[in-house]
Amino acid sequence: MDKNDIIKEENRVYKRPKLLTDNIMHYCPGCSHGVVHKLVAEVVEELGLEEKTIGIAPVGCAVFAYNYIDIDWIEAAHGRAPAIASAVKRLMPDRMVFTYQGDGDLAAIGTCESIHAANRGENIVIIFINNGIYGMTGGQMAPTTLEGMKTSTTPYGRRVDLNGYPLKISPLFAQLDGTCYVTRQSVHTPANTRKTKAALKQAFQNAMNGLGTSVVEVVSTCNSGWKMTPAQANKWMVENMLVQYPLGDLKNTVKK
Amino acid sequence: MKTEIIIAGFGGQGVLSMGKILAYAALMNDLEVTWMPAYGPEQRGGTANVTVILSDKQISSPVLNSYDMVVALNQQSLDKFEAKVKPGGVLIYDAYGIHRAPERTDITVKKIPAMDVCLEIGNTKIYNMVVLGAVLGMRDMLPIDAVTRGLKKTLPERHHHLIPLNEEAIRRGMELVK
Amino acid sequence: MKGNEALAHAAIRYGADGYFGYPITPQSEVLETLEELMPWETTGMVVLQAESEVAAINMVYGGAACGKAVFTSSSSPGVSLKQEGISYIAAGELPALIINVMRGGPGLGTIQPSQADYFQATKGGGHGDYRLITLAPSSVQEMADFVGLGFDLAFKYCTPSIILADGIVGQMMEKVVLPPQRPRRTDEEIARQCPWAVTGKPSTRKRNVMTTLELEPSAMEVINNKLQEKYKLIEENEVRFQTYDTDDAEYLVVAFGSIARICQKAIEDAREQGVKIGLLRPITLWPFPKDEIDRLSQKVKGILVVEINAGQMIEDVRLSCHDRVPVYHFGRLGGMIPDPQEVLDAFFNHFPEANKQ
Repeated sequence: MDKNDIIKEENRVYKRPKLLTDNIMHYCPGCSHGVVHKLVAEVVEELGLEEKTIGIAPVGCAVFAYNYIDIDWIEAAHGRAPAIASAVKRLMPDRMVFTYQGDGDLAAIGTCESIHAANRGENIVIIFINNGIYGMTGGQMAPTTLEGMKTSTTPYGRRVDLNGYPLKISPLFAQLDGTCYVTRQSVHTPANTRKTKAALKQAFQNAMNGLGTSVVEVVSTCNSGWKMTPAQANKWMVENMLVQYPLGDLKNTVKK
Repeated sequence: MKTEIIIAGFGGQGVLSMGKILAYAALMNDLEVTWMPAYGPEQRGGTANVTVILSDKQISSPVLNSYDMVVALNQQSLDKFEAKVKPGGVLIYDAYGIHRAPERTDITVKKIPAMDVCLEIGNTKIYNMVVLGAVLGMRDMLPIDAVTRGLKKTLPERHHHLIPLNEEAIRRGMELVK
Repeated sequence: MKGNEALAHAAIRYGADGYFGYPITPQSEVLETLEELMPWETTGMVVLQAESEVAAINMVYGGAACGKAVFTSSSSPGVSLKQEGISYIAAGELPALIINVMRGGPGLGTIQPSQADYFQATKGGGHGDYRLITLAPSSVQEMADFVGLGFDLAFKYCTPSIILADGIVGQMMEKVVLPPQRPRRTDEEIARQCPWAVTGKPSTRKRNVMTTLELEPSAMEVINNKLQEKYKLIEENEVRFQTYDTDDAEYLVVAFGSIARICQKAIEDAREQGVKIGLLRPITLWPFPKDEIDRLSQKVKGILVVEINAGQMIEDVRLSCHDRVPVYHFGRLGGMIPDPQEVLDAFFNHFPEANKQ
């Protein structure tokens, strides 16, 4: 079988989602962002929401998310995506509005906006990429950086007496009456990737059904920031990150 | 025709709302009007004052340094504003709680026992309306039906049954300065 | 009604789509009035009390990116918090209306009136090279009128405009004629008027992305040059001012907002003494009426700039009249308001030769 046989339509078992653009992603090899972008594109397509979906991009590595998924986007100031999403959804209630935020954007500078949007029960989806580090600015400490973890601003490892504790923000979201669904997933294996996609799909449906705020945390790797190979990073994530941030639903008030 | 008035007293005496009723009454009578309060925490117990200007022409400054009429409802206000009555102008004050009476002789000074009138009527909430009556009685600036329409505009509908009581208070106030 | 209430009524009648704000004295009546009027039941306008001024201005940024007519209001410390978002709105070339009912600063300051945010409003305020169309109302009527004007100019030039009011016009009650009720624009009208609007991507067009990020400096320079060209156009076309008794004036007073009315009274008093002073009241603080001041400075003996700040607009007045005549400043600070007599005293203090008595 040569290449031309393989790409025949009847032999195709997998294809790129239509909504992913031809732009070459700027993400590092091994980064989780690309996988999550693909899942978002698939979910939007499968739910038939291509013409209704508006993404709010963060400041962080995903600042250029708008270059990769072929929908309308607004690029937010650092941390403000949930405020923007709140306004967009209220002004156009039939649209599907989601934010895509990293740990610095959502859990440090934007904590106020995140918590209050969720507490108002805005009918939006918050996608939260937690890799425990500031990737874009060069590997500084994030609020979710683990104790002892080395970053460029904690060169000897995070010390709780100096820097406080790793912030587990998803359990905070789960406590709020405005959230209907809070889940923590990952994309480091095909099985986990499928679960993340199912979680995103439920979250998007919740938003369109007006059930309140859904938060999908994706515990992710940053092999560049962590200074590891992609394979090492996956292993390190399982052994360390997932201990602090165990996977699974933290809250689901929606009957299936 | 232009009348420049400042009403000053304690917060809670109805100073701002009295000014508001006067302003709305003027509005109902097709006059230009400005209502400028000293705003803020003063509304809650400290001293309060409001400048009301009624005019048949466009009004320039809402802030003034002298007034045709000063209504002083406590000692601090009397001390502060007595000097600011224009020569030939009017100073109205309630003797209730006043220990230093006004001294100027180039103006008309009217001492009104408004609180006593309230006690006679049996309702202290209409204190500011008695005072408003005195203000209207001193100057022929507005007909009483304009004031009634001003009351209707400022009072929530559920309080409209109190309008006759307020009118009574205004009439008694007018009598005080006759 | 109060100036702050007039803002709320006028916005509903303009057909505004959304208001996002956070309470702060002396402008909380804007949000209070909107909540009381419940426009979401009538025109469908969204009203939301945000968790902070920062959130509020970003809600405005989001709404404006959707092509909606959205606005926010605050007072000085709150407007400082909004500056980052205002810079984004200007950079994104988005139409929006911001209202600052100024109070005295710096810091937490006072809740009493001030004009000390002149620099902040007219010179940009946030980071980067941008300008805000700055409207200075001097009456409750103008508070109502400038809502529509502010929105219209914002949409005409795709740029934020700001109503720079003060605690006096915010809290003062005057007679006001409200504009007639206009319907809110339909989705089709928005798509026509704002083809860049983020509304969800139909298959008939390319995706709309509202971003202010451009890492390539040569491209960012092009963006900046385009902004500057637009600002030049605004400076050429949108200068607004009012003059009073300037025809035969020997001296000129320049003042904006409510203070201009206090000055007008002072000038009336001066005229009674035979002293010929005229008044120029800039209505747009940016673009500044520099040509008119330049013209008037050629026929007067001196200029007094009256502001309730330590001297901000005076810099623009001086730049406009090219040192042709002496220009002095009179101001009160910290929330103190001068009365007409104080203005007149300051005038004669600076121009003793004008005193004919």
